[in-house]
Amino acid sequence: MAQRVLMEGSAAMAESAIQSGCRFYAGYPITPSTEILEYMAARMPGVGGVCMNAESEIEAIGMVWGAAGCGVRAMIASTGQGISLMQESFAELANAQIPIVAVNMCRGQGDYFQSTRGGGHGDYRFIVLAPASAQEAVDLAALAFHLADKWRNPVMIMGDFLLSHTSEMVEFGRFSAAPLPPKTWATTGARGRRGITLSPLGPSEKLSTDVATALANVTAKHPKIKVEEVRVDAGFLDDAALVVVAFGFPGRFVKYAVRLARAKGLRVGYLRPISLWPFPSEAVAAVAARGSALAVYELNAGQMIEDVQLAALGRVPVHFIGGISHDHSGFGVGPALTVETIASRIEAVYPRAAA
Amino acid sequence: MEATVTVDRETCKGCALCVPVCPPKVLVMSEDVNGKGYRYPLLLEGCTGCELCAKVCPDFCFEVFREVRNGGVH
Amino acid sequence: MSDALSQRSPTAPLRGKHGEEMEKVFEKPDLLLRTEHSLCPGCGEPVTLRIILELIQELDLRDQTICVCGIGCYTAFPMIIDLDVLQALHGRAPSVATGAKRVQPDRFVFTLQGDGDMVSEGLQEIIHSAARGENFTAVLLNNGVFGETGGHMTATTVLGQHTKTTPGGRDLAKHGNPIKISELIAQLDGVAYVARAAVHNPTGIKLTTQYLRDAFQTQLAGKGFSFVEVLTMCPTDWFVGPDQGPAWLDANLKTTYPLGVLKDSRQ
Repeated sequence: MAQRVLMEGSAAMAESAIQSGCRFYAGYPITPSTEILEYMAARMPGVGGVCMNAESEIEAIGMVWGAAGCGVRAMIASTGQGISLMQESFAELANAQIPIVAVNMCRGQGDYFQSTRGGGHGDYRFIVLAPASAQEAVDLAALAFHLADKWRNPVMIMGDFLLSHTSEMVEFGRFSAAPLPPKTWATTGARGRRGITLSPLGPSEKLSTDVATALANVTAKHPKIKVEEVRVDAGFLDDAALVVVAFGFPGRFVKYAVRLARAKGLRVGYLRPISLWPFPSEAVAAVAARGSALAVYELNAGQMIEDVQLAALGRVPVHFIGGISHDHSGFGVGPALTVETIASRIEAVYPRAAA
Repeated sequence: MEATVTVDRETCKGCALCVPVCPPKVLVMSEDVNGKGYRYPLLLEGCTGCELCAKVCPDFCFEVFREVRNGGVH
Repeated sequence: MSDALSQRSPTAPLRGKHGEEMEKVFEKPDLLLRTEHSLCPGCGEPVTLRIILELIQELDLRDQTICVCGIGCYTAFPMIIDLDVLQALHGRAPSVATGAKRVQPDRFVFTLQGDGDMVSEGLQEIIHSAARGENFTAVLLNNGVFGETGGHMTATTVLGQHTKTTPGGRDLAKHGNPIKISELIAQLDGVAYVARAAVHNPTGIKLTTQYLRDAFQTQLAGKGFSFVEVLTMCPTDWFVGPDQGPAWLDANLKTTYPLGVLKDSRQ
């Protein structure tokens, strides 16, 4: 029987990264991501890796760029405004097709647009994954490194204060995949071959000026990723008059609230996107095609709801039952994040849906 | 000692940095221009193969040759 | 002057006027894949590049070299050199070099950055890397101006220097003082070697070669952070003719930024 241990979400994610072969971490202390930096500082030397407490977020992402560009699995974590600082580097290393794993331990859920639309410039996309438990965070961390290397594309994991600070039983090593080809694109010193340029600005071949093809290759992956990497968790859809869409830890609260509603006889279902990009548009479209109304619960002023509306294509009403909710700390665990609140909001919109 | 340089005239951008550094003053800029419209250096008699022109040239235009004596390299 | 003298790498042996065979004693570095580049007539950056490539060949470092390149006119170089190059963002080469060197400590890592890149946008990055004593070599190409964007003030533009953003010359009251980055870096513990040279004449080129060699060997010996500032000509954005670059550098840039070794703690 596999061993299960009690760990805080941040530590569990960091441990999963290390067990996935992550050997370089750079970060800057910022709540609620700091525990990942602390865990890496303690753990990395023991596995022969490097953890850098950089002097700024921009320097931290630069260090990750350098390490990942040399073929090493590398990770960074921050929260919204730290992620904001890193955007130029995110956009450009995506153009260089350098794989990294970035974690946003969000304060609330207001960074959905930043993550899925790109807070940076240009046409790049991050693959974005949103765990709803420490176990899922462990599994998605391992998946993230695999997807980043598989697609040569950055992957972001959206956590939050609850994920960071809630201790749960977790088991490591549940994710496995076939090994990927060696990173022949990495700058390791040109022994036995022509030198490589690893650049966001153009091709890796020397003497080539084919910038157009190099940049086209960055976005040519996107349609394929959209087909292969959608992940979603859903339930009670078949007879639902109303389906509630939510991501991350709040998605777990919604699942519980939906069960409370079901116990009262309401035909409610839930749909929890695990991949925020690519968004599970087909799953949402299928819900709308069946005639179920949609409600979106997210702790922001309305961001994921736009992706839900796009997928629904006007077939059914889409109700917003979320909102910004903070306590005095500002870290996004506010009064609206309770199953009672969510259940009452579901009950409030249900009559319109069931009609 | 016999020495000479070759000049890649078409790569030259006519900066003329080579002219004043030549100790025997055997480089002069041409009157006519290359395909890019730049004048290029011409070599008079008296090159010593000191390599200074090659070292200051930003466009890698020069190759320097010196006579082989006693089977050794100078 | 015969046509033979205008060919690179003549196939027939050259002979002197008494018939003596001449051998080639100087040619472009092997690591330079192409001599054509887009930099201006009289630019000092390609001269510096040649010195760097020759040193890498001399020290047999090709197979283990990773160049981390900044953004400026010299960004045209990665595609014509046979070395692994990590292209970084404006000002951000030091952090990228830090990551690269930390995960591959046995590789030879150097940054190639202009003054706008390193001393304007990237001042924080170079100072932190130096203070941490990261074991890579930072090479600064200082021409006192943002060349690639067309001639604008950087943190190293000298007082009185005319640029498109300092019309009439850099003025103390309006634009403040330039930053002497070598002097700043030399004060930091963890910095093993700092020197400043120039490529405006053969003496300067010789000094540049020596200081870069010493800096490279500082890294190879694992002594800590090494830094070489190379003053280069930019006649285009100094608004002088290509053949006037060396004189302008001598009179205006070198006077603010004296040449020499500022720190050498390799012993």
